[in-house]
Amino acid sequence: MKIHEYQAKAILARHGVPVPRGEVAFNATEAGEIARRLGGHIVVVKAQIHAGGRGKGGGVKLARSSDEAESLARAMIGMTLVTHQTGPEGRVVSRVLVEEGLAMDRELYLSVVLDRSSGKPVLMASAAGGMDIEEVAAHTPEKIVRAYIEPGVGVVAFQARAIGFAIGLTGPQVNKLVKLVAALYDAFVAADASMIEINPLVVTAAGDLLALDAKMNFDDNALYRHQDIRDLRDLGEEDPLEIEASKFSLNYIHLDGNIGCMVNGAGLAMATMDIIKLAGGEPANFLDVGGGANAEQIKNAFRILMSDKNVKAVLINIFGGILRCDVLAQGVIGAVRELGVPVPIVIRMEGTNVDEGKRLLRESGMNFSTADSMDEAATKVVQLAG
Amino acid sequence: MAVLIDRNTRLIVQGLTGREGTFHAKQAAAYGTTVVGGVTPGKGGTTHEGWPVFDTVHDAVAKTGANASVIFVPPPFAADAVMEAADAGVGVVVCITEGIPTIDMMKAMTFLKTRPATRLIGPNCPGVITAGQAKAGIIPGHICREGHIGIVSKSGTLTYEAIHQLSRLGMGQTTCIGIGGDPLIGTTHIDALQLFAADPETEAVIMIGEIGGSAEEEAAAWIKANFTKPVVAFIAGQTAPPGRRMGHAGAIIAGGKGTAGEKMAALTAAGVKVVQSPADMGHAVQELIG
Repeated sequence: MKIHEYQAKAILARHGVPVPRGEVAFNATEAGEIARRLGGHIVVVKAQIHAGGRGKGGGVKLARSSDEAESLARAMIGMTLVTHQTGPEGRVVSRVLVEEGLAMDRELYLSVVLDRSSGKPVLMASAAGGMDIEEVAAHTPEKIVRAYIEPGVGVVAFQARAIGFAIGLTGPQVNKLVKLVAALYDAFVAADASMIEINPLVVTAAGDLLALDAKMNFDDNALYRHQDIRDLRDLGEEDPLEIEASKFSLNYIHLDGNIGCMVNGAGLAMATMDIIKLAGGEPANFLDVGGGANAEQIKNAFRILMSDKNVKAVLINIFGGILRCDVLAQGVIGAVRELGVPVPIVIRMEGTNVDEGKRLLRESGMNFSTADSMDEAATKVVQLAG
Repeated sequence: MAVLIDRNTRLIVQGLTGREGTFHAKQAAAYGTTVVGGVTPGKGGTTHEGWPVFDTVHDAVAKTGANASVIFVPPPFAADAVMEAADAGVGVVVCITEGIPTIDMMKAMTFLKTRPATRLIGPNCPGVITAGQAKAGIIPGHICREGHIGIVSKSGTLTYEAIHQLSRLGMGQTTCIGIGGDPLIGTTHIDALQLFAADPETEAVIMIGEIGGSAEEEAAAWIKANFTKPVVAFIAGQTAPPGRRMGHAGAIIAGGKGTAGEKMAALTAAGVKVVQSPADMGHAVQELIG
């Protein structure tokens, strides 16, 4: 799960990471009031969407007065912001963060993320702050310094000091960084975060360290123990079909093609997308109905698939292990009868009770195409989708 | 021979009294596995479906001589169950549970380093089956046949697909290992390949990977330097969009890393026969070993 910048900053601040003063506004009037409360000096108005690259897209602007902050917020709230991370359709801005402007000396980069190879959290820092870290990693990897954290120990001060010196901080600033990094890791563990990125971490003209931007992602598996974080979910940032699917424990990701897919298991679902593409088609979605899908879930899966108007044909690929093929067939027949699916359906199933499943499909009187292998199924569905 | 589990395996089921645990314990027993009991804290001293239930894994091991465990415990308690099994000295611990918080697994992995006698398979995996001998997990037994191909896979149903393709072509399996699709797993592709390297029965291996992480690249380097048996590989997610988690917690292309293309190129360079289509895994093995 992702959250907005202002929410991430609030969490970080609670754990002791210094952040600029600021508040979120849902309309222009509120934005003006916040700017006045901040003292009427220079403020920054920042569009709050779950995507990076906002500055270049016109989503971060400087205001020299509260009136200007108000008019900037008026223009920003409701606008569709397109950045390199939103895709061409962009995101509609529904809220802005109004923050004090700071006199900055340097921009640094700091993050903590799980490193899969070592199985440990890793601190990453760079003197090249404010830039896309992926670019830095690709072109000048030597500018990124790392420290691996022992899960049972936490960040040790020497690790934070080493990072501080490596990114060019000096005496008192290094001590500030040690405190900041400890607070950052504290937040990471307490919130079951999967990633926290501060980019840029700024050194102000006065020599203070502050998180000027903050991005925080969470481990979905751990959300059950964090009601406060679940409350921060912004459904406006998510695909409506994906929200609907999540209500029925279906794993659905909306894509751009015209062949709807229904599969059990994430790996097989990805492989099904791959084979559709190899056959010359484009998948409309990733959909994993899981290992123990029942008739009700299959019906809901169909409903969600078919509410994507681009879908011109459907491929069902099920390898029945626990999920029996006869149960699947009954579910599909019931769903098609009830929902009146108007597009061709190709079914490939294999595994437990497959013969009984195929018999049910044949005798249903409905116009299903069946296939014995994945490639036959893919070829058929691509033809049918035209 | 085979790897991990066989006729001599004595299996306990952690979470035996739950719905999943009960169902799969029966399935494992029906396949011929020696299931010796279960663990459900608070239900020790009772019997369930004819099996003795114990409060702790220590008790279960002491009383039954169990040497393997399969875990069907809900996600909030599963990391605890893994550590308990390791502390009791169980040699092979298979964790089926999906959805364990990463921080919990991080602790479990740290703990496992202090219990080197235990090998963890998973979590979030379909488990292990040795064709014709034993199974610990949820892989359907009836699709397997005895033979000489090993399978190691991050994905559950894609493992079944590979088994099915092989069996249909008349090629049986030694052991099929689902290692799981989470970011932190007990047994990696390399670990499984090491087991297959030492198993004289296994003549060739199908390795199934997924987008995300760099385990396949690491396996490619290891294969190039160490592995002499033929390997066929398929990587799921060639068409996956970046930045989206494709079902499995670990299956995500992030920061331009972990793409199927990179993994396929690394494996090809290591001499592995990489198939583009998941429908071609069986045929590719047939071509390699004639």
